[in-house]
Amino acid sequence: MEEYAIELIERGKRIDGRNFDEFRKIEIKTNVAGNAEGSATVKLGETEVIAGVKMEIAKPFEDTPNEGVLVVNAEFSPLASPDFESGPPSENAVELARIVDRGIRESKAIKMDELVIEAGEKVWGIFIDIHIINHKGNLIDAAALAAITALSNTRVPKIVDEKIVRKEFERRLPVEHQPITVSVCKLGNKYILDPLLEEENILDAKLSVAIMEDDRICALQKQGNKGLEFDEIETMIDLAMEKSKEIRKLIG
Amino acid sequence: MRKDGRQSDQLREIKMKLDVVTVANGSAEVRFGNTVALAAAYGPRGLFPRHLQESEACRLRCRYNMAPFSVDERKSPGPDRRSVEISKVIRLALGPTIFLEDFPRAGIDGFIEIIQADGSTRVTGINALSLALASAGIPMKDLAVACSVGKIDDTLIVDLNGEEDNNSQADMAFAMLLSKNLVTLLQMDGILTKDELIELLNMAKSSCEKIYEMQKSVLKEKYSGE
Amino acid sequence: MKTKEIVLPGDFIDERKGRKLDTGVYLEGNNVFSKVLGISKVDENEISVIALSGAYIPKVGDRVIGIIDEVEISGWSVDINSPYTAFLPFSEAVEEFVDMSRTDLSRYFDIGNIIYCRVSKVTKNKVVQVSMDDMAAKKLYGGITLKVTPTKIPRMIGRGGSMISLIKTKTNCEIIPGQNGVVWIRGEDKTKAIETILTVEKESHTVGLTEKIEEMLA
Repeated sequence: MEEYAIELIERGKRIDGRNFDEFRKIEIKTNVAGNAEGSATVKLGETEVIAGVKMEIAKPFEDTPNEGVLVVNAEFSPLASPDFESGPPSENAVELARIVDRGIRESKAIKMDELVIEAGEKVWGIFIDIHIINHKGNLIDAAALAAITALSNTRVPKIVDEKIVRKEFERRLPVEHQPITVSVCKLGNKYILDPLLEEENILDAKLSVAIMEDDRICALQKQGNKGLEFDEIETMIDLAMEKSKEIRKLIG
Repeated sequence: MRKDGRQSDQLREIKMKLDVVTVANGSAEVRFGNTVALAAAYGPRGLFPRHLQESEACRLRCRYNMAPFSVDERKSPGPDRRSVEISKVIRLALGPTIFLEDFPRAGIDGFIEIIQADGSTRVTGINALSLALASAGIPMKDLAVACSVGKIDDTLIVDLNGEEDNNSQADMAFAMLLSKNLVTLLQMDGILTKDELIELLNMAKSSCEKIYEMQKSVLKEKYSGE
Repeated sequence: MKTKEIVLPGDFIDERKGRKLDTGVYLEGNNVFSKVLGISKVDENEISVIALSGAYIPKVGDRVIGIIDEVEISGWSVDINSPYTAFLPFSEAVEEFVDMSRTDLSRYFDIGNIIYCRVSKVTKNKVVQVSMDDMAAKKLYGGITLKVTPTKIPRMIGRGGSMISLIKTKTNCEIIPGQNGVVWIRGEDKTKAIETILTVEKESHTVGLTEKIEEMLA
């Protein structure tokens, strides 16, 4: 299948007939995990990812005593792919979590200083857990989209007598920005977006770009076994920027 | 001017030394100011257990590790998520330059230990491992060279030290195969406009050119300076 | 044209100009670059770079010193100082007719035995077979083995064997250098031989090495 994918791409086509810069059908659902304070599933074609946000009381980091805490974790459960194994997170799972984390953290998407419960002692901890449900390619874009969508639908629970009262909320999580991550894949001298699993296995390199609504870039990660020509980086970033606008409209 | 007196496009004092781990096939120590990275390369060598030989290709493994005493507040020994990710990006930074196809069913291992951390540890590590691989006689298309660039106080700078790293508005790790014009490592976090990003890429490339000359000298000196 | 210069991976050597390319170089379009840290060798017929370090990668025809690793059912597994282990089939080592199901091959070669053999086959994935089917091949008794950088062996042998003959005569030792970087030495006083060999290894690329060795052996 992979040989065929290469042949097609050289001729300007893709296995599923899409244009090079076309995403598969994007389906977003929110509030899918009833016990989470915020959640969303994202489907890019058959790839499916679920992100759940839990709000917990946490101790702030020493150097930011008046800011909430953000933790992003990714689970590549063996359920989602014959290539995933049980056990501690693989380097790909770790990398994905950290890319999604950086996109959110660096863009200052969440107003962390509005998450103090008791100055210097207690703050809100935002725990985003991303679970892969079905791996058919482009997990990073799907995960980042699921995470920011979940966050945009997260509500902060009430605290009564120093205890969290689940299912009773005092406000929405203060989310100020919506970074969108688009991974641009290079195959020979062609660029494709939203790669299928078969396409991911044959690509030369990938550049994941996290973009804010004002076109500022808040994270970049190059992946893949081959290098990128110095001069094509700008082209790839432009492609990502274009596409990010379309995708952002879907979050609502 | 920066807190340590440097110009925005000025690298810290760089020192490079080969053969620091004599039992390895190749090794080097590279210092960028107060950041010290030790690298050792082993291979090509047989892969064991045998089942790892099933795949035809040469297996490249890279391990980046920070010594517990390398930072201000002791870091717990062993790999953490950050080290796992950095190990991966380093492997991908060097993979494209090595002629892996020359060694089917064999393995090449690169180890990076950060002895002292003052910003830009992964790129310092890559510069050291590049030297170690060349010194080990491992065939490559070019020496990989790396540096960091970023933005602090609205100024674009090169070679971030620890303090700059912590207070930057953006920081980028970059590695290239200069003679092939190929970028093999590119990571950025922070906030940059596209123009700033392009400018930083150019600054990174220039800085790498300077570091590359140093790498070449130190390798040639090993054999001609006798 | 750049010959006898220290070159680095990525250094441009010359345009190909129809010449043969040997070890240590790669081609991009018409341009030849070095793959390794080594010494360039450029003449009208051939371009190559001799690496100054690196593992032994077996080539058919190489004569190597191997150490028996394992006794198997129909032959032996041989350590040839390479990421690739070699296999010595029984039929390539022993002329007798033997019932292999009833014979323990260790009576011919046992683990730890040293042999001088020839690389007879190397597949695409570097599965290696060695053979002892020619006159030069033999089991080596006693002595010690020393490992040096394989690419330095030609210098150690010298033109027409001149360097190695000199060392053998002056140190009164039997010395067999294998192309895989393993050198076998047997003699009463091996110290001088070892010292000389290690000096050649360290300074193989320098000018005046022959004189220096002659001095050391005087």
